[in-house]
This record gives sequence, structure tokens and C-alpha cells, in this order.
Amino acid sequence: MARAAVRGRLSWQIATVEAVADETPRVRTLVLDVPDWAGHRAGQHLDVRLTAEDGYRAERSYSIGSPPGEPVAITVERLDDGEVSPYLTEELRTGDALELRGPIGGYFVWGPEDGGPLLLVAGGSGVVPLMAMLRHRHAAGIDVPARLLYSSRTLEDVIYRAELDALDAEVVYTLTREQPPGWTGYARRVDAELLAEVAWPAEQDPRVFVCGPTPFVETVAGTLVELGYPPQRVKTERFGATGGR
Amino acid sequence: MSDFISRGFRGHRRESGDPSRVPPGQYVTSDFPVLSAGPTPHTRLEEWTFSIGEGDGRRTWTWDEFQALPSETVTVDIHCVTRWSKLDTVWEGVSVDTLLAEAGEDDAHPYLLAYCDGGYTTNVPLEDVTGGKAWVAFGYDGEPLEPEHGGPARLLVPHLYFWKSAKWVRGLALRDEDEPGFWESNGYHIYGDPWLEQRYAGD
Amino acid sequence: MEALDGNAIGGLLNEVFGEELTAAHGACGSCGARWQVAELAVYVRAPGTVVRCPSCGSVLMTFVEVRRVWSVDMRGLAELELSAPAA
Repeated sequence: MARAAVRGRLSWQIATVEAVADETPRVRTLVLDVPDWAGHRAGQHLDVRLTAEDGYRAERSYSIGSPPGEPVAITVERLDDGEVSPYLTEELRTGDALELRGPIGGYFVWGPEDGGPLLLVAGGSGVVPLMAMLRHRHAAGIDVPARLLYSSRTLEDVIYRAELDALDAEVVYTLTREQPPGWTGYARRVDAELLAEVAWPAEQDPRVFVCGPTPFVETVAGTLVELGYPPQRVKTERFGATGGR
Repeated sequence: MSDFISRGFRGHRRESGDPSRVPPGQYVTSDFPVLSAGPTPHTRLEEWTFSIGEGDGRRTWTWDEFQALPSETVTVDIHCVTRWSKLDTVWEGVSVDTLLAEAGEDDAHPYLLAYCDGGYTTNVPLEDVTGGKAWVAFGYDGEPLEPEHGGPARLLVPHLYFWKSAKWVRGLALRDEDEPGFWESNGYHIYGDPWLEQRYAGD
Repeated sequence: MEALDGNAIGGLLNEVFGEELTAAHGACGSCGARWQVAELAVYVRAPGTVVRCPSCGSVLMTFVEVRRVWSVDMRGLAELELSAPAA
């Protein structure tokens, strides 16, 4: 599919929620029908704007989890003290309208022309844009080695688990808070030793995308550079505690 | 402007509260939101100083010297330009009156510019920090002021929007003119009276 | 307070400049460091949005929405690459 070049000013538009799917107890995917969608690239996000009856507004950014060519879908984690994520994951229903603008992003994007091997490192809901990349690779039949290192609190919190297990990509989980009985995988926060074991050797000139909370991203990116990865090969996207960004 | 309303969206509870205590356009919060224009500085107390004035007339205190000054505990309401207000906040600090007196400053300079670790600045007229209206606060709610809320010490000027209560304050420079600080140079009101809703320049 | 990065202001920059800028190259007016916008340190929990150099921490840009008009201060930049206008 031709890459949609996004030039020019975006406008806010009203989308309709076409379907909702709970991924985990705290995470929901919203499939959206966006009337004037220009198409999107894997890794891009959109901005959502909510307006209350008294005019109060809240805006947040959410990564698109669906690959190019498929309907726009965002995957949202509900934050306990959040203002927007509880609305999106609990109140919003199929048929409701949602104001948004997008797609946004020209740096944290991947397509077949960018090559590989591909190293994707996800902290929690940072997996969403990386999933768009993996789905794109799969749907387009792109023959590039790909490895996902995915840090999650528990196995129950792993988003897209069944699909990840079925994908033709190496997925390495690390469960930082609690592991199921018999777990033989990693059971700690991503550190230099873990990364050294999982990352492609730097000589293979991998393309890296790291996404998650700021401290996670900075630890991972810093360590990869120490392992010999050129900084320009390591692309990062930091999520904030405000949900999405 | 779009008329679009998100069905069922309320956001966090926004109580307007008692209008005699809560300025127009504000809502009362029980949280203490953390806002910042940059990374939290972590100045060690051994390195911390506070100064008033510049050049030969400059008076500087170390942390220990500062702690030896008479301080007071005050309960005040605070109002952020981003619309939250917090009532009955309890602070411990040294009154700016005390600091100016100790520095031997008269009212020759009608304005001051507060400057802070990290480079933040804000301007205030002298008469708005004297007469018991302002403090350099090092304690909040009975505890040492946390770095994310401005510790070791912040300026506290509760009758103006809270961006004037500069976090990580390190000194007050005296000025003959009202020199706009960081937010004042970026579209915010030069004075910032919440009761007149002076949020932006031109309000 | 943790910073986000320039990815977080993709929408804002699109609104102000009319184009996608997260991959745009630029340089810091204080230390000369060169970066792409996505690599900048962004503070969004403030009375405005403050964008800082990832090398030296200097303020590069601030954005404040004043009565639905953007007040933009870019004095901290030495350079920011914008697209050439369409012919």
C-alpha cells in the first residue's frame, strides 16, 4: 500500500466507535470509523479530545495499534487516577462519537522500506505502536527478522498475547511484578544484562524502537548505545503518566 | 468552535466552591498537582544559598543561616492559573519582610525578579511581597518541602496566581522596572490577580 | 517531573506550523546540539508547553494558548527545519 504522505494541517474530526474489545482487565481497544482518514503508518498516533457539557476539555494522545490499511484502532490502558482513560475504557460505547485528529508522527514510524533486523522494546502499554509495526510486517509479508522485548507487570497485563504468540517474530517477555507458577522467562525490570542477552548484536545494524514510560525508555536507549548501537538507530517514544503521553 | 460534546464525559470532579474563597473560573481540588517547566532540580542543602540584591549590597544566607531566621507557619489558599485552587494549605517559611529587613533593603526599588534553580524567573511588585503577604517557604503540611513542590524552598505569594510562587527560588533581584519573568514573557499577565482573573496579558 | 519527548507535541506543532514536524531537524541556540524534534525534552504539565534541548536543558520553544491563539517563543532555537512552501 502506498505510504500516505501526511503534509498539511490536520483538523479535528468526529469519528464513530465501531467496536470495542477488552485486551486485558485494564486495557481496551477501540476500533474507529474515521470518515476522512488519510491512512496511517505503523508507529503513528492520534490525539483525542473530550469535551464535557460545561465546556471543560481534556486532550490525550494514543498510539494506533492497527497496521496501515486496516481500520484505525487505538489501545488504551486505564489509569486509576486518570481523567480520560477511564472514560475511553469504561464509558465510551459502540456508536458513540469521538473527536480526534491524526495521524501524527514522522519519526517513530516503520515500514518495509526501513528494513531491519527490527528490535522492538516495549514497557507496558508502550507495546501498542510496536504492535502496529509487527502487524504491518506480518500483513505485508515482509521478510525482516523481528524481535520484541516486552516488559509487563504480570502475564495477565500482557496486551495482544495470543496474537504475539502466533506471530512469526521472536517475543521475549519479562514479568516484573508477578510470574505464573513454572515461569522460566525473565522476571525483572529490563537492565543492561537482560538487554545484552536479548538485543541483536550491534554489527547487524538493527533498527530499534523503544516505547514506554520515560525512565524505562531512557534506561533501555542508554544501554543500547553502550552496547554499541549508534544513537540514530535507536528511536524512542516516551509515554507519560497522564495516559498515552 | 465545535459544539461537540462527548457523551457522558465529566472529567475529574470540579467543584467551584465558596465564591468568597475561590476566585472566578477556578475549581477546588484536594490533590496538589505538580506542574513544571523543566526537570526537578536537586540542590544539596550544603550548596544552597538565598540572596537578596546584587553586587556590593547583596546579602546571602546559607541554609543554616536561613534556618536560624525567625520563621512562621501560615495557612493560605492557593490558586493556579490552570484553574485549580487548593484551600487551607499550611506552609512554614521566612517572611519576605524579614528577609528584606535583614538585607537592609528599603523600598527604593519598586519591583523584584525572583530567580531559581533551573532558570525559572517571575516578577512581582515590592508591595506585593511586603506587609505579611509573602514568604520563602521550606515546609509544607508539617514536612520539609519536597523537591517536586519546590523544595528546598520556594517563594510563596498566595494572593497572586501560583506561577508567581516560584519553585526552587534562590534569590530576589531588586528592580526599578517590572521586568517580565518566564511565563509573563510567554503570554501570561504581568501581575496575575486571580480575583480579577488576570490570567493572560491583556486581561 | 519526567519529561516526555517531541513525539508528544506532534499534534501541537501541526496546529501551529501546519505540517508534520516530529522528524524535523534543528539545533540548539545555546549549546549547538543538533537533534530531531522527537528527541527533544517536552514538559506538558505546566501553564504552557515547554520544549528543552536534550543536551543542555535550555528552553528552545514555549507554547501558550492565549484565548485560542498560540503564543510561541522560539528564541532558544538556532535552527528548525520547516518544509519549503509548496510551489
